[in-house]
Amino acid sequence: MPEIRLQQLRKDYGAVNVIENLNLEMADGEFTVLVGPSGCGKSTTLRMIAGLESVTGGQIMIGDRDVSLLEPKERDLAMVFQDYALYPHMNVAKNMSFALRLARMNKSDIEARVKDVAATLDLTAYLDRKPAELSGGQRQRVAMGRALVRDAGTFLFDEPLSNLDAKLRGQMRAELALMSQRIKKNMIYVTHDQVEAMTLGDKIVVMKFGEIMQAGTPEELYRSPANKFVAGFIGSPTMNFLNAELVDDAGTLFAKGDGFSIPLPDARKGALQAHRDRNIHIGIRPSSFAEGPGGLKMPVILSEYIGAQSVLISELGGQRVSIEINTVAPIRAGEEREFTVQGDEVHLFDPKTEAAL
Amino acid sequence: MSTARANRMTPYLFLAPAGIVLAVALFYPICYMIYASFLDWNPSQRIGEADFIGLRNYTKLFSDAAFRESMWVTIKFSMVVVTIEMILGVGLALLLDRNIRGMSVLRTLFILPMMIAPIVVGLMWRYMYHPTVGIFNRTLTDWGFDPIPWLADGDWAFASVVIADVWQWTPFIFILSLAALQSLPASAIEASKIDGATGWQQIIYIKLPLMLPVLIVTLLLRLIDSFKVLEVILVMTNGGPGLSTEILSLRINRTASEFRELGEAAAMSNLLLIVLLILTFTMFIYNKAQDARMARLRKVEEEV
Repeated sequence: MPEIRLQQLRKDYGAVNVIENLNLEMADGEFTVLVGPSGCGKSTTLRMIAGLESVTGGQIMIGDRDVSLLEPKERDLAMVFQDYALYPHMNVAKNMSFALRLARMNKSDIEARVKDVAATLDLTAYLDRKPAELSGGQRQRVAMGRALVRDAGTFLFDEPLSNLDAKLRGQMRAELALMSQRIKKNMIYVTHDQVEAMTLGDKIVVMKFGEIMQAGTPEELYRSPANKFVAGFIGSPTMNFLNAELVDDAGTLFAKGDGFSIPLPDARKGALQAHRDRNIHIGIRPSSFAEGPGGLKMPVILSEYIGAQSVLISELGGQRVSIEINTVAPIRAGEEREFTVQGDEVHLFDPKTEAAL
Repeated sequence: MSTARANRMTPYLFLAPAGIVLAVALFYPICYMIYASFLDWNPSQRIGEADFIGLRNYTKLFSDAAFRESMWVTIKFSMVVVTIEMILGVGLALLLDRNIRGMSVLRTLFILPMMIAPIVVGLMWRYMYHPTVGIFNRTLTDWGFDPIPWLADGDWAFASVVIADVWQWTPFIFILSLAALQSLPASAIEASKIDGATGWQQIIYIKLPLMLPVLIVTLLLRLIDSFKVLEVILVMTNGGPGLSTEILSLRINRTASEFRELGEAAAMSNLLLIVLLILTFTMFIYNKAQDARMARLRKVEEEV
């Protein structure tokens, strides 16, 4: 299982440039998730790796092999499609064994492998059924099985869970995570769902307009987003963004805005010196608020009780803010509460470049 | 009349004109033809004056060598043209199912022959097959080959009418196949590429099996049509030389107008009608079976 490298990858559709200069390295056996809003180029990137889209420029290296011009079948990969892409006229066993039959593997080996994979995916009872006779979740598992049977070096997933209902999606996500632990292969997974990205990926690559905004572990992306886009994309409920000004008051830096003033830790002083007395954007995750005395007085406009957590919609300096707290007692809308925010949990962004400060 | 009853009658009222047209234009002639097939009737008689001879027209047909020959020519013609047209039409569709610039123009050009009136097609080909001034023989002699007796020799004449029919009707199969191809699930074909299928393997294992329902209906439609062919052959060879290209509809035409045997012609028409009905029913049953299958699958899907 070799590492995969994308070098100066470029994709044009006619005169339209979709991806300009994409560089990315994926380590051996790593589960990489490409995530981003629709139209960000994540699927195109995956399809270029698969060989289903031609490469306009740059290289795709798998190990030390440049595969950018090779046919899909020469790239040693298996793929799970968003709509499963099962062959409607073949039963489950035939669907799963198609690649092996094309490779002229001997019959008893094929049968053994299909049985094996079918058993791990709970598909043994359905081997004789056609795809149309299966439920969405079963079809999804057949698609997965078809990829697994191949024993390819690299697995590609193109939004494989997006056609499932919420409950099934959660289940399949867990199964996928287990599977990836078990087989430890190169996996590249495309999704627009940041929860999937966070739970599955060893590495997450956040993309926007064909560019990589940040690549890193889920924790890196959550704790230190490189820019406002990543900060807003990763995490649920999404981060609150507020306008503020950096002011120095008796040696302590404050993020001061309409109705609030949050002291920032001294450790960040050096890095922030250049932005003193300037406008900045601050980002506070909903979970960074804590209820307590002496904090900011904020009205509860709406209270969404989820169970152990409650999400409150509130207002700070005329801007909507969501707050996630542990439910102690249900909070009703219309009340006013006090919330504190720790300075080291405040993210600061340059208002022009949107880069993290 | 109560309102409820009037409401119930309304649809029938609206359907009535179509029903009347159907009765007058279809059922009346068919009944007339069936009745006529039991008569010894020549055109100078009114139908009431003709003698009723029972099934004698039919028994006569089966012992008539010329009719049997004509039946055989028709079947041979249908089988040959439909086979060639299916292979060419599906092949062309597989070739042209891609996004190349100018493809839409090319596709339009391909289906032009189908738009031309059969009489015109017949005339056109007759001129092209002309022994001395036709383009084929002129070209052949220019290149130093012997001219070919396109329409003068029995075997060549059969081949010539086959070529003309293939030229005119391949596009029909082409457009239906192309439509079928373009409605195939793109991702299944992509999946087969990832699974390692070559172009040929994609066609054989994925595309053709998925196109099959459309191909079967196309085949039956074309078969029905080819049994009814008349004008092109009438203009090109009028059934000759000998009986080599005398398909059934031509035989019927000749029996009525040349031999003046209206009863016998009606009997032949009825036989042709029966053949066509069998084909039509086959198609009908096939479609019903497909619908039933889809319904069953949907039901299973709802249950799981």
